[in-house]
Amino acid sequence: MTMAPQLLTRRRSGIHGRQNATGWLFIAPVVIILGLFLALPVAMAAWVSVSDWTGRGSPFSGTTNFVGTENYSAILSGGGLAERDFGTALRNNFYYVILTVPLQTALSLLLAVLVNRRILKGRGFFRTAFYFPSVTSSVAITVLWLFLFSASGVVNKLLALVGVAGPNWFQDPNGVLHLLAGSLGITTPPAALAGTSFLGVSWWDWLSGPSVAMSAFILMAVFTTSGTFMLLFIAALQNLQGELQEAAMLDGATGWQRFLYVTLPMLRPTLFTVITLGLIGTWQVFDQIYTGTQGGPAKTTLTPAYLSFSTAFNNQQWGQGAAIGFLLFAIIIFFAIIQRLILRERTTVPRRKRFNPPPPQGGTK
Amino acid sequence: MTVSPIRQPIVDAEDQAPPRASDARPAPARPRVRKPAKWGWVVYVALILLAIVYIFPFLVNIATSFKTEPEAAANPLSLVPATWTAAAYERLFLNSDFPLWFKNSIVVTVLVTFGRVFFDLLAGYALARLRFRGRSVVFAALIAVMAVPGVVLLIPKFLVINQLGIYDSYFGMVIPLLADAAGVFIMKNFFESIPVSVEEQAKVDGAGTFRTFWSIVLPMSVPAVMTIVILSFQGSWNELSHFIVSTQDPALTTLTKGVAQLSSGQLSAGTQYPLKLAAAAIMTIPVAIVFFIFQKRIMNATAGAVKE
Repeated sequence: MTMAPQLLTRRRSGIHGRQNATGWLFIAPVVIILGLFLALPVAMAAWVSVSDWTGRGSPFSGTTNFVGTENYSAILSGGGLAERDFGTALRNNFYYVILTVPLQTALSLLLAVLVNRRILKGRGFFRTAFYFPSVTSSVAITVLWLFLFSASGVVNKLLALVGVAGPNWFQDPNGVLHLLAGSLGITTPPAALAGTSFLGVSWWDWLSGPSVAMSAFILMAVFTTSGTFMLLFIAALQNLQGELQEAAMLDGATGWQRFLYVTLPMLRPTLFTVITLGLIGTWQVFDQIYTGTQGGPAKTTLTPAYLSFSTAFNNQQWGQGAAIGFLLFAIIIFFAIIQRLILRERTTVPRRKRFNPPPPQGGTK
Repeated sequence: MTVSPIRQPIVDAEDQAPPRASDARPAPARPRVRKPAKWGWVVYVALILLAIVYIFPFLVNIATSFKTEPEAAANPLSLVPATWTAAAYERLFLNSDFPLWFKNSIVVTVLVTFGRVFFDLLAGYALARLRFRGRSVVFAALIAVMAVPGVVLLIPKFLVINQLGIYDSYFGMVIPLLADAAGVFIMKNFFESIPVSVEEQAKVDGAGTFRTFWSIVLPMSVPAVMTIVILSFQGSWNELSHFIVSTQDPALTTLTKGVAQLSSGQLSAGTQYPLKLAAAAIMTIPVAIVFFIFQKRIMNATAGAVKE
């Protein structure tokens, strides 16, 4: 009789100890791999970004020296090629982000609303058609895009049908806004813009808009990502359809009014998710550039991600390459924090009670 | 039937929708649907036009891969080659490293998929069910890891792989891809959605943790495991940047890396569009097959995994 509680406590602590060991055993592989190939690399790269490592031997051997913030200042204020390249890459990617994100968000929302109509034949077919580009590899899509947008390619042939002479897309370094200005008669830049510069790029060049080549990449990004985001919107729309819609219908609201005043406000959380994922994804363009243009023509499709890679692997400037990586990281974190701040308002829509962990980011690729 | 438990209702809702709608387009019976039906044809026209825009490029891809090079340049729009030729495919398979790339992609994809599923299962189960010390720290660390953007890690990954002496080897290509935090999350959410009572029953009967996991939990997890299998397959088959930084030996080139280099002219190929598009078509086939077999699951998993 007296033994029972004793036994119970002993057993419980035994189970506890065993759970401790098994728990760690179960999680060890993931922890080790993530630590070895995520945490440790970041620490090593942090060291390389403040060193003069040339890629020979180990970065921890005696021949590698600490150079302080030299690599960072070469990129941010060096006045040389490194600074100009970084500025150019930032400009290119900035236009890529600022155009891709709104376009893909709007298009995916449109697709979702169309596909999600209550009465629709062939819903599955349309959903599949719109989503398929998202599962194919970025390499295959880029190869296809190079063909579609080549000088005598499909797109230009279609443009010719309506009497437009298309550009040689991936060879055309002209900025879209510059072309627009040119068509308005502004061919020489105003001195105020041409004379001053930021990050080694004149303000006139900052205002160039995406190059024609980059525009083709923007269209490709919209083409390949809209399907994924469409699915997010469809999922959200299906949680919405119900009493509110019917109430609005009974009140005589038209379809457009229902969309504008009932659906759209309730889609806000998803809208924010999509925009944030879009922002994070579009700052990381790499595969397409590597496969398609290597930054050309005239560096107008250079992106920070590709610049970081080529600076290190092609030019053996490992310190600068790592530093660019960290600066890109900072940019992405900046947007992630903005997202956090905005998402905080999400609590006004009490829809997610089942999950306690904060939402993971960046699940798409 | 649940995948990630989160998205399950979608499937049902959509499965039921089409049959009900089948005869409702031209003459709406109920007053409620009159408005949508009146504009119905506009929606259909819009959808069909959009679908053409989305599908046409892939048809062009396949058609062009069977054209001769002059025809591909002269008449890119036609979907039926004037003279059919499999020359591009012959060259790829008989006169290039393409079969080697294909083999490498398969080896890496299979290894990564198996490893990932196993590790994600273990870790997800531990996080969902086992109360061990440091659990919340591990969980927080996983969230932090998921926030690190992949391209930022290109140089760092190379540094570690190089330092560990596994550069230019299957180890370096496979091991870093084995753990993925997103998969752990999917599994954790799944395990939390199934009732604990069954496992407790097994434990009362004297089964150890691993035994319970292996013979009770695992059989119940088939749907979630399928989700991870598909996502891992897709992810590792389409992976490019990791293979760029972990290998330089041509014998270890994967499809993505090989085709990317072919496309960018690093293999001095010129503008051989039929050849390149044939390569692109072949590398799309495996993902396309998996996609068409499991499309509902894939689409639900995508929505679930990203949205949570």
